[in-house]
Amino acid sequence: MSAVSRRDWLLSDAPQTRRQARLGAIYQGWLTFRANKLAMLGLIILILLIGMAILAPWISPYSPYSQNLANRLQPPSAANWLGTDALGRDILSRLIHGSRITLFIVGTVALIAPIIGLFIGTVAGFAGGWVDQVLMRITDIFLAFPKLILALAFVAALGPSIGNAVLALALTAWPPYARLARAETLTIRNADFIAAARLQGASRLRLLIRHIWPLCVSSLIVRVALDMAGIILSAAGLGFLGLGAQPPLPEWGAMISDGRAYILDFWWVAAMPGLAIFTVSMAFNLLGDGLRDVLDPKGDKS
Amino acid sequence: MLRVEDLTIWFGQPPDRIDAVRGVGFDIAAGESFGLVGESGSGKSTILRAVAGLNPNWSGRIEVDGRPLRADRRDRAFFKTVQMVFQDPYASLHPRHSVDAVLGETLRLQGMDRIDSRIQKLLDDVGLGRGFRFRYPHQLSGGQRQRVAIARALAAEPRLLLLDEPTSALDVSVQAEILNLLADLRAEHGLTYLLVSHDLAVIAHMCDRLAVMQQGRIVEILSAAQLRGDAAEAPYSRHLIAASLGR
Amino acid sequence: MTAPLLSVRDLRVTFPTRQGEFQAVRGLSFDLGRERLAIVGESGSGKSMTGRAILGLVRPPGRVEAAALTLQGRSILNLPERQMRAIRGGQISMVMQDPKFSLNPVMTVGQQIIEAYRLHARAPRGEARAKALEMLRAVQIREPERVMDTYPHEVSGGMGQRIMIAMMLAPGPQILIADEPTSALDVSVRGEVLSIMDNLVKDRGMGLIFISHDLNLVSRFCDRVLIMYAGRVVETLPARELHQARHPYTRGLLNSLPRLDAPVDRLAVLQRDEAWREPDPAAARADTDLPGGL
Repeated sequence: MSAVSRRDWLLSDAPQTRRQARLGAIYQGWLTFRANKLAMLGLIILILLIGMAILAPWISPYSPYSQNLANRLQPPSAANWLGTDALGRDILSRLIHGSRITLFIVGTVALIAPIIGLFIGTVAGFAGGWVDQVLMRITDIFLAFPKLILALAFVAALGPSIGNAVLALALTAWPPYARLARAETLTIRNADFIAAARLQGASRLRLLIRHIWPLCVSSLIVRVALDMAGIILSAAGLGFLGLGAQPPLPEWGAMISDGRAYILDFWWVAAMPGLAIFTVSMAFNLLGDGLRDVLDPKGDKS
Repeated sequence: MLRVEDLTIWFGQPPDRIDAVRGVGFDIAAGESFGLVGESGSGKSTILRAVAGLNPNWSGRIEVDGRPLRADRRDRAFFKTVQMVFQDPYASLHPRHSVDAVLGETLRLQGMDRIDSRIQKLLDDVGLGRGFRFRYPHQLSGGQRQRVAIARALAAEPRLLLLDEPTSALDVSVQAEILNLLADLRAEHGLTYLLVSHDLAVIAHMCDRLAVMQQGRIVEILSAAQLRGDAAEAPYSRHLIAASLGR
Repeated sequence: MTAPLLSVRDLRVTFPTRQGEFQAVRGLSFDLGRERLAIVGESGSGKSMTGRAILGLVRPPGRVEAAALTLQGRSILNLPERQMRAIRGGQISMVMQDPKFSLNPVMTVGQQIIEAYRLHARAPRGEARAKALEMLRAVQIREPERVMDTYPHEVSGGMGQRIMIAMMLAPGPQILIADEPTSALDVSVRGEVLSIMDNLVKDRGMGLIFISHDLNLVSRFCDRVLIMYAGRVVETLPARELHQARHPYTRGLLNSLPRLDAPVDRLAVLQRDEAWREPDPAAARADTDLPGGL
């Protein structure tokens, strides 16, 4: 099949098979996404980040843990591209290895929080009545605490470690998703297509899973991508406060924290990981914007 | 087939309760096509939704096939007997489900076998070919969507079809196609219709008898012949007829 | 023959899509005098897009092109937004389908009419208020003082549409574009709203472009009818002679309507013909003719 005909096959308005219909829908989405240049930039940055995390041991010039006190606090040079920190460790190597930790945090939180939120929000919105009241009041209680403080409390109780930091972040990040999912559910709940499915005898569970979830998921994905930056920053914040990753793990927030003492004289120690956090946060934001174009046609740009 | 007695339907709780329909009654014989006509706010669609079980706040008596219905629950047998087609074909199909998924799910829910051949048969019945089976709603025109919605309603092989303004969101040429399709299906499958519309001409074309509604009450029940023969008595019916004739 | 109020030549509205360019309006030409001109067609025929193009309301990436688009001899094709705003409302007004969406829900009816009038007339408040009351009376609203202080959700659909008409006509435009002004209304109030609009347009010697899908309505209410199909005019005829239309598309539309006074067993179904999309050389010149005597 030549390239042109494959494109026509994918864009066909009259797909012949289930597979063609599904692939066609995905291809349409990809074309919309690709039209957003900034979102493509975000995607490329994130792919590079993932590549960096996977290949970390091979592409980092030094070990992230090898100290060289004779060579401490060196500015960026040919030997150490991004300079060295207070213990003479190569900052570039630490950043490269730190991307694994960042991805682990982001990935885990992005899996746990929206799923809790989706579940609680749609159940509350769909069931209504006292179920809704109880679930949403719990959500409100979580929302009422500042996120970082709540996470701090969790970590303080569970003991500082990277796993507990992730857990704390996930447990504090779900309420906005629950809110969003509930609002979506309320608008979908009374739609005619739900009424039609009820008239076929569809059970409430089936309505929830087959009809309501697919419509809520897209806006949640967009929201998660946009929130990623915040999650990375919160994780970095916990690291900075010494409640996340423990030394000598090269977590980016903890690295900034280490560099804090020298920030005036040896700016690169704190600035380099800061720059990394900034780049990745921005990439997620751009990606989220692009995903919104694809998944949420309601917000059509006018 | 369907008997409605002293039906009152309300929205909201006291003291904010609003009675949308007040003490309405009519009978529809098996195989008959009955119309409810009235302007917006007359309560005609509300009756349909109450019969379908989509609004539990009603009192009075609704019987299908001689069996009274409960306000809050409908059983499997009910869904096999009564189905509904909605007004807006853009809102009545799930935007992420293909035609195949919609019909397949419906058939499975109704406990049908030979799903694959039945989907094909349903699409043929409503005049959509094989090429439409794997399309998503956004790849269909308004008329085609309404055909899918009709196919979905027919999947359960019901005997009573509730039609809520099935053509008011469509162009006139498409309206003609859908009305013809509905007439053919009724003849073929021996269906009973309860058709709601604001358009007297559509009702007169499709129905044997009709009830004129105003502000939640039935003003008058007439046959289509009486309607055409200028035999309507209630002033409101006469006013509606004059308005639709453009006098 | 006096100069037309509005003259449109070879109007094209184009939208880029993935499958190439899509032309919503493909070479439309007509003149509007002080008359009631109907543009009729089904959804997707380009009738609403024509109204929007005249008012400069087609949003990018949509493009409007025309050989000429003149308002009383002055070109209004793709004017800068600032100048277009002065024309919109001041010289050409538009009434949309549903008053619920075109009235601002958080302003009283009176404020909105006063606002609309002052925007174009730069009159002091007191005068604008008097004008608003006068306009509400003109659209036959009883107790205009009371209605001035109501919010849009407190008025019925028919009343809302009358308020829209009052608001749109307050600055004294020469042309009113009405896009399906009665489709959201019940039949029994439709006639009333139409006759009010009709009288105002006639009294003021305005030009009216009435965009509708309803052939029968248009035949009773307008002077001249353009029938659009796939972005083009397929037939132009005096409204009185609509039922003697010759084009198969127009005939098909008329026949597909169920009628109260003429029952049929089966409705005629429109058979679309690919040839209708292309211009008919014989009819090309007749499109733009004004009826004689104007």
